[in-house]
Amino acid sequence: MGKTQTSRRRFLKKSAAAAGLVAAPPSLALAAEPAPAAEPTRSILDNNSLESVLYGRRSRFVNTTREVEGRSHYDTPRIRPEPYRPSARTPLGELTGTITPTSLHFTTQHYYGIPDINPAEHTLLVEGMVERPLVFTMAELQRLPFVSRIHFLECVGNRPNPRAATVTGTHGRMACSEWTGVPLSVLLSEVGVKNNASWVIAEAADRGKHTKSLPLAKALDDVLVAYGQNGEPVRPDHGYPLRLLVPGFEGIYNVKWLKRIKVVDQPYLSFQEHSRFLTPDPKTQRDAYDFGPNSVITQPSGAQELLGHGLHAISGLAWSGAGKVSRVEVSTDGGHTWQEAELAGPVLPKAHTRFHLPWRWHGEEAVLQSRCLDERGQLQPTEEEYARYWGLTRAQLYGTIQSQLGYCNWIQPWKVSADGKVTNGLAPTDVVVDVHG
Amino acid sequence: MVSHRPMSWWTFTGSPIAQRAAGAAIAVIVPLGAALHAQEAAAPSGLGRAPTAAEQADRIIGPDGAELPPGSGTPAQGEMVFGRRGCSTCHGPTGSEGPSIQLVGGDVTTRTNYWPIRHWPFAPSVWDYIRRVMPYDRPGVLTDDEAYAVTAYLLYRNGIIGEDDVMDVESLPQVKMPRRDDYVMPGEWTPDTPRGFEIPPTR
Repeated sequence: MGKTQTSRRRFLKKSAAAAGLVAAPPSLALAAEPAPAAEPTRSILDNNSLESVLYGRRSRFVNTTREVEGRSHYDTPRIRPEPYRPSARTPLGELTGTITPTSLHFTTQHYYGIPDINPAEHTLLVEGMVERPLVFTMAELQRLPFVSRIHFLECVGNRPNPRAATVTGTHGRMACSEWTGVPLSVLLSEVGVKNNASWVIAEAADRGKHTKSLPLAKALDDVLVAYGQNGEPVRPDHGYPLRLLVPGFEGIYNVKWLKRIKVVDQPYLSFQEHSRFLTPDPKTQRDAYDFGPNSVITQPSGAQELLGHGLHAISGLAWSGAGKVSRVEVSTDGGHTWQEAELAGPVLPKAHTRFHLPWRWHGEEAVLQSRCLDERGQLQPTEEEYARYWGLTRAQLYGTIQSQLGYCNWIQPWKVSADGKVTNGLAPTDVVVDVHG
Repeated sequence: MVSHRPMSWWTFTGSPIAQRAAGAAIAVIVPLGAALHAQEAAAPSGLGRAPTAAEQADRIIGPDGAELPPGSGTPAQGEMVFGRRGCSTCHGPTGSEGPSIQLVGGDVTTRTNYWPIRHWPFAPSVWDYIRRVMPYDRPGVLTDDEAYAVTAYLLYRNGIIGEDDVMDVESLPQVKMPRRDDYVMPGEWTPDTPRGFEIPPTR
């Protein structure tokens, strides 16, 4: 870098001389050289390093990371997978727009860690009740017709949580990306599905050979076999080199490290999925599919602070597994009155939609919350409505793991105090159990 | 994306003749042992190949056990395999001590997600998991007979079959798991099916 500066100075001098610009009066002929420029700071050097040219980085003033999940379920003395790989949530409170930066997209797996897969050796087998079972290489899959779709991904374990301090803690097991890949319907027409088939089983190449049953009707609808995420190959975190993307459905359907699709005539209820179908209430089985309408305010949200009175932009996300968000309403008075929020950006089906509402804060205490109406006409419920539907007390609601309840999409309020500090507005509760232990 | 060669971009509306020619060329390069007779008309794209025998043999077994391979095992044999193959290292000498998942005994609660074997809905699924996924560090190393034996052992220890019951391709699917009737099978889904639970607003 110093070398560059010196040559630049030499260059400037030479060209100035050539242009006759250095014809200084004799009294100035012996003027001292310009003071040497200060040595570049470490930050300037980093910003201009070859590494940062090859693979861009964020400003050193931006250091948002995913939030690592607690280790508790690994410490529960029944599981001992090695290597241990914690899950982590999306830092929603620090993000904007609708596309989650890939490196901050939540990551999770069911105990068996992230495999290391060589794409040159990885294949996808499509078999079962088909005319001709086929094995495709990654290169072949990328020669097939493809689509790109923006969709959210969410774990059924996402749930408003009175004991979480931030929106990451309450809603961080979700993210939204652009997924590129072959429609599963194209692959199924390649193999020729037989008439009496009604389900498909998707299998992962992770250690646990995770399998999930999926209705054939959904497989033929909008399911993708995706190899691209936000323009680049899917990351190992998210299923490199191939994953299933089941728009709007519970996260567990979205099998990562996809190696096989088996066409069958019944759901298999395998190890990872059968717990969903033995629950306190049979009503939940009918709803083990697409997520209902949901929304949450991300700014201002828990553990953030309003700096100053006056105009603020209440910002958040709304989404629905059924399709598009129709309307988002925001209340600043604990749900007594509601205003319709503005939907920023494109409103896409089964994708995060950013909403915002300008709000003038005059230092009063306030309770902010949002609710979503989806295109199916379903409205996001309150926690009380949700508990009453299942006939549960509050303690029972939070004492039951999420996969036993179904999609926990109730409204998440944030409390603003007179000094501008924001806290979780759900009433406190002693115990909140979690799918992760 | 997966190699440094430029990806070959072509549209699906390319000449069908060219596609079939490409398909024919690829279909010739089929590994030995592939069931060529099962390859009916070529796939529309001409891509892909038939699975090898090894790929076909790696089956996911469904709830009715229709694709279980030949083989058999008894609880006594299973106890020996459980020790010899190192299952006890993770699951404990009698399958309930841990540190890994409890295989014998144990309860379902609303506070956990992964339940012990006796609460599983289907017996063939137990065989499938053991054969395909276990042991944790070398999945698939058990033979089919060993998988039947270990399955028999665990079903016996959980009080589901008798000490002398032989588990094989016919008897295993007949075993009724004690909680089978507590499971509600997932309902039908279509793009227009109303969502299972819809919470009516009270306001």
